[in-house]
Amino acid sequence: MTATDAHRTINAVFRIESPRLIAGLTRIVRDVGLAEELAQDALVAALERWPESGVPDNPGAWLMATAKHRAIDLLRRGKRVERKHEELGHEIELQQETAAPDLEAAIDDDVGDDLLRLVFISCHPVLSTEARVALTLRLLGGLTTEEIARAFLVPEPTVAQRIVRAKRTLAEARVPFEVPRGAELAERLSSVLQVIYLVFNEGYAATAGDDWMRPALCEDALRLGRILAELVPQEPEVHGLVALMEIQASRLRARTGPSGEPILLLDQNRARWDHVLIRRGLAALARAEALGGARGPYALQAAIAACHARAHTAEETDWARIAALYGALVQLMPSPVVELNRAVAVSMAFGPAAGLEVADALLSEPSLQGYHLLPSVRGDLLAKLGCFDEARAELERAASLTRNARERALLLERAAACARGSATS
Amino acid sequence: MRFIITAAPDPNAPKTDTTVDEQMMAAYMKYNEDMHKAGVLVASEGLNPASQGARIGISGGKRVVLDGPFVETKELVGGFYLIEVKSREEAIEWALRCPVGLGTADVLTIHQMTEASDIPPEMMKIIEQAAPTWSASFRKGK
Amino acid sequence: MKFMILVKANKDSESGALPREELMTAMVRYNEELVKAGVLLAGEGLHPSSKGARVRFSGDKRTVIDGPFAETKELVAGFWLWDVGSREEAIEWVKRMPNPAGEESEIEIRQVFSAEDFAPSDPTGELRAAEERMRAQTGQKP
Repeated sequence: MTATDAHRTINAVFRIESPRLIAGLTRIVRDVGLAEELAQDALVAALERWPESGVPDNPGAWLMATAKHRAIDLLRRGKRVERKHEELGHEIELQQETAAPDLEAAIDDDVGDDLLRLVFISCHPVLSTEARVALTLRLLGGLTTEEIARAFLVPEPTVAQRIVRAKRTLAEARVPFEVPRGAELAERLSSVLQVIYLVFNEGYAATAGDDWMRPALCEDALRLGRILAELVPQEPEVHGLVALMEIQASRLRARTGPSGEPILLLDQNRARWDHVLIRRGLAALARAEALGGARGPYALQAAIAACHARAHTAEETDWARIAALYGALVQLMPSPVVELNRAVAVSMAFGPAAGLEVADALLSEPSLQGYHLLPSVRGDLLAKLGCFDEARAELERAASLTRNARERALLLERAAACARGSATS
Repeated sequence: MRFIITAAPDPNAPKTDTTVDEQMMAAYMKYNEDMHKAGVLVASEGLNPASQGARIGISGGKRVVLDGPFVETKELVGGFYLIEVKSREEAIEWALRCPVGLGTADVLTIHQMTEASDIPPEMMKIIEQAAPTWSASFRKGK
Repeated sequence: MKFMILVKANKDSESGALPREELMTAMVRYNEELVKAGVLLAGEGLHPSSKGARVRFSGDKRTVIDGPFAETKELVAGFWLWDVGSREEAIEWVKRMPNPAGEESEIEIRQVFSAEDFAPSDPTGELRAAEERMRAQTGQKP
């Protein structure tokens, strides 16, 4: 095994083990920042040792034991002179744990709970959204700061800074390492789901630049969602979110054409959809519904995605059901963007005039003034009604509003088609 | 019933050039499309040549990683289709329509998958106890 | 990255007998671990080759051969489809698998082709364009 091979192997082991490692260590040292440092130290020790000795049979237990010994050293050398009594308590606890005959079993006992606590602490409301995202990917996704920086198109020091500040904020606020209960649980869980979906969307539709999507982030978000679904299997909205992400991710292969241009949902070649992911999505949706969560915001969006996924061809799409689901979603989260989507569904189910009526009602909506999709949708509906000049003006307006270069090209192409339509009509 | 159809070059045939040309690609795509429209296709994937893979030998409790590429040209699997049909005969029927053999020699092997109904109830109980999460995925009759 | 993990057949798997309870329990526990780590996309066991078939293609000729097949080592007894971050991670997970055969086994790890893999051999997007044209021919509205 060459040194590079060994390093690659160690990185793979670390990606698998680090969330459990950090979670277990946080429970012991009561500080996420310190826990992560200890985990990093254990990784460095592995990088020094394993290329020579080979990867141990149980690498997770090795890393945990190494990190715990470091923790005892730190405590002994009084590196962290805070609250003496507690420290002594920790030290005894640590020694007992380290001396446990079956360390792995000791860790496994409640690793699920520790992981869940780590999820909630990473997405804690004392942190900014950006900090929650960075910390979640770092601690639970096992991504390096460099990987996070590349995914979000920001300089690496910015991400590193965000993570350092987040850990400091958590320590200063004395955020407890626990799973929230009762009413607080629902609220805190929705913040976790939001972070995961944000990561997914960042990968799915890059809001700026020429890159239509960065699939690696979608994979990271999906993995986090799948892990969370098994940590809180009784929570329907988690399954709703997983369903939504699985079905959306199933289209990744079909969303771009030969030169990287976007292909819209109804134009995609459905044979290229990933049907394994579709099935997983439908199964997750069934789980959400079985738990009584059919009307949750993520489950409703997943149900809409499922209508598309079930149709073998675009012509088979059940638009009436989609329009009804958007209606339910608008009741739940009144949002002009959702209403705009409902306009599209209504036009597909009941004709362009009916859709335009819904879309026109949004023209005075202040939050949509700079939003390119409103003129884009209106342009399409006007074109279907044969009003080519109005349609072209709307599509050109949409092109001037979008920040995505590829999307702009697509809109200008459609505007040009309207100009041709106008000339021939 | 679900079947997996694995594709591999015929080990007994002389080696031929297997570059995929446009005509071949189009034929494969049309085949995928046909199975998809018939509602039988669950998944179809090509597997990278073994040079990018690895093998792990397990002997007793020891595990040894053997890196690719492997000397024998016989590929275990070059790609697969996962289909859901009513019978073994229907699976064979679909395999016969595969566009392979445009100048190459290939073998498709059709394997039936084990379903939850193939497992005796007492064994099912053990599975559900040991793996409550994973077993839930097929209890709902996928 | 998606990987397919192939478990090769042996005498036991070809006999059609279910694995011993102990192995079955270890295997489903392992599946549970994969699910909880968010890695498992699909995992299936296969019936013995006596229930399967083969289609041999030679030029335009197609021959159906009924199972069982003799060369046990080249048969697949089961497979997983995983979504992991790297080939090393796939290998790492395989190392944690209970020994499927109880004695000597070999597991093959293969990367599934993704659209990006075709990019180098398809620099101008010709093949994908061909696919688009093919779609038009099959009467699919763009």
